[in-house]
Amino acid sequence: MHMYQEYIEKEIQLKTRRHFLRNCTTGLGAVALAGLGCQSKTTANIFAPTEMGGRATLSHYMARAKRVIYLHMAGSPSQLELFDYKPTLNQLHDKECPQSLLEGKKFAFISGTPKMLGHQAQFKQHGQSGAWVSDHLPHFSKVVDDVCFLKAMHTDEFNHAPAQLFLYTGSPRLGRPSIGSWVTYGLGTENEDLPGFVVLVSGGMTPSAGKSVWGSGFLPSVYQGVQCRSHGDPVLYINNPDGMDRRLRGQTIEAINQINQKEYETFGDDETLTRIAQYEMAYRMQVSVPDVMDISKEPPYIHDMYGTEPGKSSFANNCLLARRMAEKGVRFIQLFHWGWDSHGAGKSEALNHGFLDRCREVDQPMSALIRDLKQRGLLEETLVVWSGEFGRTPMMENRGGVANPFVGRDHHTDAFTVWLAGGGIKGGLSYGETDEIGYYGVKDQVHIHDLQATMLHTMGLNHEKLTFPFQGRDFRLTDVAGKIVQEILV
Amino acid sequence: MRLLPFYWLALISLLLHGACHNDAEISYSAEIKPLLNQKCLRCHGGIRALGDFSLLFPEDALAINESGKPAIVPGKPGASEMIARLRNPDPELVMPQEGDLLTEAEISLLEKWIRKGAKFDEHWAYRPLVNPGVPRNDSPEWVNNPIDAFILEKMEQKNLKPNETADLHTLVRRLSFDLTGLPPQLDSLRMGLGETIDRQNLSKIIDLLLASPHYGEHMAALWLDLARYADSNGYEKDMGRSIWRFRDWVINAFNQDMPFDQFTIEQLAGDLLPNPTKEQLIATAFHRNTMTNTEGGTEDEEFRTLSVIDRVNTTLEVWQGTTIACVQCHAHPYDPFRHEDYYHLLAYFNNTQDADIDSEYPYLLEHSDSATAKMQEIAKQIKLLNPNDNLTSDSDLDKEAIRQLIFPRLFGDFADDFQEVLIQNNGRFNNSAYNANNQKHKKYYLVFSGINLDNLTDIRYNYFCRGDDARIDIYLDNLDGKPVCQTQMLEPASKDWDWNSTPVNNLSGTHDIIFHFVNTSGDFRTGVVDLAEIELVYQNQPLAQGVREAQDSLLQLYRQGTKTPLLKTRSELLKRQTHVFERGNYLVKGMEVDPALPKILNPNGLEVKDRLAFAKWLVSEHNSLTPRVIVNRIWAYVFGEGLVSTPEDFGTQGANPTHPELLEYLAYQFSHDWNWSTKRLMKEIVSSYIYQQSSRIDQEKMAIDPHNYLHSRAPRVRLSAEQIRDQALAISGLLNRSIGGESVMPPQPEGVWQVVYSSARWKANHLEDNYRRGLYTYWKRTTPYPSMIAFDSPSREFCVSKRIITNTPLQALVTLNDTVYLEAAEVLGEYMKEESGKDLASGISKGYQRALLDRPDTETMDILIKLYHQAEEAKATLISYQEPDRPARLAPFTVVANAIMNLDAFLTKS
Repeated sequence: MHMYQEYIEKEIQLKTRRHFLRNCTTGLGAVALAGLGCQSKTTANIFAPTEMGGRATLSHYMARAKRVIYLHMAGSPSQLELFDYKPTLNQLHDKECPQSLLEGKKFAFISGTPKMLGHQAQFKQHGQSGAWVSDHLPHFSKVVDDVCFLKAMHTDEFNHAPAQLFLYTGSPRLGRPSIGSWVTYGLGTENEDLPGFVVLVSGGMTPSAGKSVWGSGFLPSVYQGVQCRSHGDPVLYINNPDGMDRRLRGQTIEAINQINQKEYETFGDDETLTRIAQYEMAYRMQVSVPDVMDISKEPPYIHDMYGTEPGKSSFANNCLLARRMAEKGVRFIQLFHWGWDSHGAGKSEALNHGFLDRCREVDQPMSALIRDLKQRGLLEETLVVWSGEFGRTPMMENRGGVANPFVGRDHHTDAFTVWLAGGGIKGGLSYGETDEIGYYGVKDQVHIHDLQATMLHTMGLNHEKLTFPFQGRDFRLTDVAGKIVQEILV
Repeated sequence: MRLLPFYWLALISLLLHGACHNDAEISYSAEIKPLLNQKCLRCHGGIRALGDFSLLFPEDALAINESGKPAIVPGKPGASEMIARLRNPDPELVMPQEGDLLTEAEISLLEKWIRKGAKFDEHWAYRPLVNPGVPRNDSPEWVNNPIDAFILEKMEQKNLKPNETADLHTLVRRLSFDLTGLPPQLDSLRMGLGETIDRQNLSKIIDLLLASPHYGEHMAALWLDLARYADSNGYEKDMGRSIWRFRDWVINAFNQDMPFDQFTIEQLAGDLLPNPTKEQLIATAFHRNTMTNTEGGTEDEEFRTLSVIDRVNTTLEVWQGTTIACVQCHAHPYDPFRHEDYYHLLAYFNNTQDADIDSEYPYLLEHSDSATAKMQEIAKQIKLLNPNDNLTSDSDLDKEAIRQLIFPRLFGDFADDFQEVLIQNNGRFNNSAYNANNQKHKKYYLVFSGINLDNLTDIRYNYFCRGDDARIDIYLDNLDGKPVCQTQMLEPASKDWDWNSTPVNNLSGTHDIIFHFVNTSGDFRTGVVDLAEIELVYQNQPLAQGVREAQDSLLQLYRQGTKTPLLKTRSELLKRQTHVFERGNYLVKGMEVDPALPKILNPNGLEVKDRLAFAKWLVSEHNSLTPRVIVNRIWAYVFGEGLVSTPEDFGTQGANPTHPELLEYLAYQFSHDWNWSTKRLMKEIVSSYIYQQSSRIDQEKMAIDPHNYLHSRAPRVRLSAEQIRDQALAISGLLNRSIGGESVMPPQPEGVWQVVYSSARWKANHLEDNYRRGLYTYWKRTTPYPSMIAFDSPSREFCVSKRIITNTPLQALVTLNDTVYLEAAEVLGEYMKEESGKDLASGISKGYQRALLDRPDTETMDILIKLYHQAEEAKATLISYQEPDRPARLAPFTVVANAIMNLDAFLTKS
């Protein structure tokens, strides 16, 4: 379909919706402000169009997952210090890397002949599934039977920004919609008062690729991720100015909508009705967003479980927020935790320093998230994904041919570990294998486009059919590739 | 489900074109091509040609395919395998194999077409431009100009009539937004007119608005989306980029009504014009708006290539309405462009010096008057000390003059050409590469042309290195033969910057000097040399005392100027050979290609050799697409929708024009009688009746023409991101109307910028800069200004032909709660209070009028007065943004003003 046809189709369906809306408008403003639900369904459609434009038909299979929580470790943690145990690598520690591994390879920083770097961690098997997890993740090692590891992931990009864009938009260049936008475009949201695609950032920095990794690209901007923040307004501009209370804001919106209703009667423009509905929704969001963002009311045992401290900006708080949003029906919850780029060029990014801090920051909360979702019966309908944007080399980084001051590993595209849990994914499974030093995948490799196709599949979306016309072509998340990893599905 | 929209399209195009199905005429482009696109080209097109059969090019379609015979035999549908396969009962053989079968009506249409000779006529957009003439002159009274005459024909076919004319206040507001992007300033309009504003002097009002300096700002906003203009360079670090001089160039060009052909040539190839002016050089920054990747470990050549690819895609989209991006990897799936065509086009753009280096070299440096005066002082001093030098007396002190003044010292930022060398803004340069592994494969050159070598005795380098593996070889004029001088760089004993000197013998005459950096070990560390400067030492001509210091001061001032990146063609010496990239991968180079036009756009086989010739061809009589595409863009800018609703795609997958003759007429006039005058075109459009009619939506008309393709009412469009901001500032009186200059950072919420590896901070500017128009807001690609992005402004990574307009609660939150809107409300509230005296109603009414030009009706007044009392009752204590310590006496008025500034009528161009 090209844009013109899409437009016509959308308009036809909008008409039907607007017809309903028009017949439901008498005293709309006042009614909604009194909190009655007559039009809440229709307003929700506009913001996160569950039914708009025939989106419901985009659900191609029965969905196992209703929503996604994506935990992104920005900078890319080392799989060799966490999940991918290779005794041979330890034997090769401090030996020069064989030339055969270096020929024809592109690295970001390694040059000349680097040395091999053994595991900077102790590994043990855990759970009934016997999953290998290092001693850096003591909490996580207790939930491994709910988790599926993809051990032979690979990507095309070895710089952060392009690799993150590739992971989230299917293309290493800026300008394409992110997976959260695609999913909300396809499925809408289940909650009328919250954005369908929420982003939570910790670690003090947005990811390298900036806000483009939750941008809507060429999709309408309603589908872009909305960043919810721990400091300042939880959503930009959601707080009324100092001195204006909620009642007066309600009265203001009521006045605006009454005049807009008259405007509609004069000009007959349906956009005016949409605007009325959107002001009502904004008014509701002013309560619902701060409400969902307020973790202080959670009981003490939950705070103990996650290690949360209300009022702080942390990955732990964001994990708890993710669960709260999952409960409220937010469709796509995207977390970013910055600081995993463990080159070893400085202390804060060294495998023996900063990396350990990062592990401590995420271990307890991400494990708590899985347990908490499970105890609430939400895990089976929530897909949890954990990843960086690529992996790290089995070699020690030697920037410019000289050993780095601290221990670190360079960017690596050919092998890394991603784990998934819940939402139609088999728990207690380790899928894929790397070679004896964790350099290449040797069995059941999974490419980024395959991961994307599989995620969409669990949501009931066919990655080949979820398309949008732009610049004369139907674009999709997985570009021209993507294979569903059937073996990991329930 | 998939078929439904297609039938709608077919139906509508039938209605619009009145195409008929009699035996006499079958139009390939109107009837056959859309069917082939829909049903066949997926497998028999530009991406795949299964069975060796493709319908994209006539010669392929009629050729013998894998079966050993042609699928289409002109004149003989019975002998055409294509028809047989469409009706074949065997599911293994029937076509199409994927998707729904063709209906009998569709098959018989194809049969008729083959019987008539299977003629492939040209898609409408590629046909030569002809003046269609104005339809007729027995028009009803409402017809104002030829636009109306064309519109009338189509309207009558559907028994539609236009709306009544819009209210005067609505019309003046509409005109003002469409011509200046701002609400009207009634007082200055009245003053300009010397009489009252009324319907009789609309034409004068239009002229006044067109003459306003805000016209250029408004038109620039359109162009900057196409030019992907931003104040940062994209990708990870997304560093600041100084390119605002280009934005100002666009504003000025529109204000001066620069003919669009000149506008085109200067932006695409201003540097190649004879003796280009500074302005013409700045124009070429159009294509320096591509992104630069400064992330560690990235390969510059990869991202340089991406920039060049983006230049091709953008040029073709902006001027030709052609979506060529897909041809990077394979032939166009639907339009007749071959894979090689892309690289012939790329060759036009592949020979500029810019190379994805951090400093964005080459650039133009410009200076303030005071800095220029200081530089002239120093220049005088240098000339006194160095009386023998043959210095030009240039009051402007351009790069060439400075170069002569600092001679015989050479710095990287004065190089005439370079390859791979990383040139920094301070003039230093080295042979390192971001990606260490590619280090050794690269050829590093720096070229200074036209240097007189008579009596040259030594070459001295001010250098620093960490090893002994770097060497500099000097060649003259070309890289043939042996170097005339070699210098091995040895690690300075001091481990700090040092000088060395190499004698040269027997050189004379004027030459281009090429410095070739050689990394003898290929080592990232020991084979890299940093150079601060190169000094040429001449016999008996030591630098006079004080000259070096004076030169240093001069350089320091010079380098502090405003840098604008620009296009500069590489010298013959370093000319790049363009190759086809196999499957679009820049590392897999296929056959060599030279600049050439795609055949479909160049039926006469013109030879168009370089970037300048290409730019001239775009706006020549040989190019019918440019005027069609540009006229359509401007039409869409005014009406919200183009005559072709896909402004980015005039190909066979794009929409057909709703009024082909009108598009043709405007395109012809624009490029002929109106001499590419954009103002003339704008005037024609806004002088039409269909522009000036009311936007009221009539349900009966809605049923006949729901999208208003026939223009029986004026459109109602939500204002753009920039206009929404500008309007709030303008009607409150806060707007700073100064034009141009560096981008500004008005307040934005804390913590929006959290960018990795960047020390850039959002710095709130001087107070008056908080109230500049939206187009001057600092545009950071990875973190765009949040209130602008909420209203659908693009992030400017790529060319955007059309902003998708949305209507969301986040927008409501912006205009309700963002500081700038509250501050504007406060000032409007203050005005209402002043106008109130003892009569509250008159104050509120005046405030409403100031915002919307119209008087509020009683019902509206009642609602607003009620809100005022509610605010009073609530004892709202809104803080003052203007004067934080001022008492909150204005609060109720601010609340009312905040409501007015959130009305649909306020946010919409009616």
